[in-house]
Amino acid sequence: MPSVTRQPFRTAVLVLVWGWLLFLVLAPNLLVVGASVMTRDPGTFIALPLNLDAYRQLFDPLYLEVFLHSLYMAAMTTLVCLLVGYPFAWALSKLGKQRQLLLIFLLIVPFWTNSLVRTYALKMLLATNGLINSALMSLGWIDEPIQMLYTEGAVIIGLVYLLLPFMILPLYSVFDDLRQELLMASHDLGAGRLATFIHVIVPLTLPGVLAGVMLVLLPAMGLFFVPDILGGSRNLLVGNVIKNQFLDARNWPFGAAASIVLTITMAILMLAHRLSKQRLGEGGAG
Amino acid sequence: MKKTLLSLSNLSKQFDGKNVLDSLNLDIYDGEFITLLGPSGCGKTTLLRLMAGFEHPDAGTITLAGQDLTGTPPEHRPLNTVFQHYALFPHMSVFDNVAYGLKMEKRPKEEIRERVDEALAMVQLQDFKGRKPHQLSGGQQQRVAIARAVVKRPRLLLLDEPLSALDYKLRRTMQGELKRLQRELGITFVFVTHDQEEALSMSDRVVVLKDGEVQQLGTPREVYERPANLFTARFVGETNFFPGEVESIHDSAITVDVFGLKRTLRRPDFPVRPGQPLHVLLRPEDIRVLDPADAQGVAGKIIERNYKGSTLDSVIQLEDGSEVLASEFFDEDDPAFDYRLGEPVKVSWVDGWEWLLPEEADESVHEDALTDA
Repeated sequence: MPSVTRQPFRTAVLVLVWGWLLFLVLAPNLLVVGASVMTRDPGTFIALPLNLDAYRQLFDPLYLEVFLHSLYMAAMTTLVCLLVGYPFAWALSKLGKQRQLLLIFLLIVPFWTNSLVRTYALKMLLATNGLINSALMSLGWIDEPIQMLYTEGAVIIGLVYLLLPFMILPLYSVFDDLRQELLMASHDLGAGRLATFIHVIVPLTLPGVLAGVMLVLLPAMGLFFVPDILGGSRNLLVGNVIKNQFLDARNWPFGAAASIVLTITMAILMLAHRLSKQRLGEGGAG
Repeated sequence: MKKTLLSLSNLSKQFDGKNVLDSLNLDIYDGEFITLLGPSGCGKTTLLRLMAGFEHPDAGTITLAGQDLTGTPPEHRPLNTVFQHYALFPHMSVFDNVAYGLKMEKRPKEEIRERVDEALAMVQLQDFKGRKPHQLSGGQQQRVAIARAVVKRPRLLLLDEPLSALDYKLRRTMQGELKRLQRELGITFVFVTHDQEEALSMSDRVVVLKDGEVQQLGTPREVYERPANLFTARFVGETNFFPGEVESIHDSAITVDVFGLKRTLRRPDFPVRPGQPLHVLLRPEDIRVLDPADAQGVAGKIIERNYKGSTLDSVIQLEDGSEVLASEFFDEDDPAFDYRLGEPVKVSWVDGWEWLLPEEADESVHEDALTDA
C-alpha cells in the first residue's frame, strides 16, 4: 500500500476505535456514575441535588443481605463451574485435535438457542411434575416429588448450565498452551504427580482460572432472568435488584449505584488477572 | 577396563506399529562424555527419553550401576535431563528453578541455598538469582537449565540437543563450557545431537544411530577415520567415494583398480576376493591435487573453488563426470595459492590414507541421510 493512503486509513481506524469507546463505553458509564449520585425523581427519574444517598442505601441491611446472598450463589456457581471445568478442560487438551474440535463445537452449540428459552427448558426438567420427578416416581425411587424448582439449588444449577462454557474455554486455552516439557522437567527433578500439580500445573493455569472466574462470577450476579424463572422470590441476584430499581421501583440512582459496585468488582478481578499474567512474564508460559 | 554405569540391553520401542528402536544394546561408562548422533527420526531422542523414564520400552532392560531402572518413574531415577528448549518454569525465579529439585528432596533450607548458589556460580549466573526466565537471554536460560539439572548431583546427565537453539558463536562457547563442567563435576554426560561437528569435538565416544540401530560406536577419531559403513561415512563429515575393483590379494595388501589406476592398498578387515567391487573412501583433506603433467593421478578440471580462510576447498570434475571434493591448507611458501575455474589438474592421494568399505546391498537408502544432515 502506498504511504500516502496509509496515513488516512490509520487515522480512520483510530477515529473509529476511539469514537466507539467514547460514545458506547465511556459515555454510558459516565451517565451511570452521574445517575448514581443524583436524587430520585418520580417524573424525570433523576434530578439534582447531587448526593451519596444511593450508596448509603446499598448498606441497608435488607439490600446488604440480597447482595451477600447473590454473591454467595454466584460464588457457588463459580466454584461448581471451576470444579467441573478444570478437569474437563485438562482432559480436553489431552485429546487428539479432531476430538478437541468436536467437543468444543458441542460446547458452543447451546449458544445457538436463546438462553431464556434454555432456562425455561430447565424449568420443565426441575418442576414438581417435571421430567426428573416423573421419571423418579415412575421408577418407584421416590413416592413424592422432590422440591427442586424455586430453590437456591435451582438457581445455581441454572447459572452453572448457562455459564460453564465460559469457564471451560479460557481453561482449555491455558491447558493447551501448557508445555509437556515443563511437566517432564518437574518429574525429572524428583516431583511426583501431586507435587507437579501443585507447583507447576496450578500456577501455570492460574491465568485461565482467573479469566474463567471473571467470565462466570460477574455474569452470575447479573443474570436476573434465572432467579426470575427458577428461583422464586427469595433467591435474588444483584441483577434482579438493579432490574427492579430501573423497571419497577423507578429508583434510578440506587440501580446505578448497584451496577457501579458490580463494575468495580469486575475491575478488581481484571487487575488480579493481569498481575497473575505478569508473574509469568510477557511471553506467558513460553 | 572401564566401569559400566548405565547399561541398555535389547531395548525396543514402537510408535504406532513403527519400530523406533530395535533391540538396541549400549553400555555407557562411568564418567564419560558419550554422544548419540544421527539424523532426525533416528531414535536418539526416544533413547534419551527411555533413559530418563518419560517413555517405557516395549522390551529390554535399563540398569544403572547394577540396579534395574526399567520400571522406575522419572522422579525416582538418579539422573537428570537438560531439555532442548530448557523447560524452565516460567513462573519461578532463577533461584527457585534451580532449587526445585532440592525442595522436592525436602533438603534443609540452608543446604538448598548453599547448593543453589554453588550451582549458579558454576555457570556464572550468581547475579541473576532473582530474575525470571523470560528476562534472560537464550544462553543464560541454557545455563540455568544446566545448573538446575546438576544441582541434584545426578550420576548421569542427559542432554537433549541442548545447544540447537543457540546461534553459532554462543554454541561454540557453550560447547567449551559443557566440556569444562563435565570434567569438573565428573558426571557422565549423554549428549544428543544431529550436528556431527559438535559430536566429534565434544565426545569421548560417539554412537552413530540410524533407524533405531547403532551404526557405529567408537571414539570420534574412529568414527571419522574408520567409518563402519557407508551411512556413517556419509553422515560424519564430507567424503569422496571412488569406485574400486579388487585386482589381486596379497598378505597384508590388495591391488585395487581405481579409475584405471592400479593402487596397492592396505588389506581391509572384511573378506575380499579378486574382481570384487568396493568403495575407496577419501576425506577432502586427504586428496592431493597435482599438476596435469604429473605421471600419476586421475585427470579432471576445477569447477568450483571456495576460500575458507584456513583452507581452499575445491570441486574437481573427473573425465567420467563424477565430482571430487578437495580441501587444501594454505602453506607459508605460497600464500597466493589458488585455482582458476576450468583449470586442468590431476587428483590423487597418498596410499594408506584411504578407507575401504564393501558395497552394500541397498545403497540408495543412504542418500536421504545426506539431506537430513
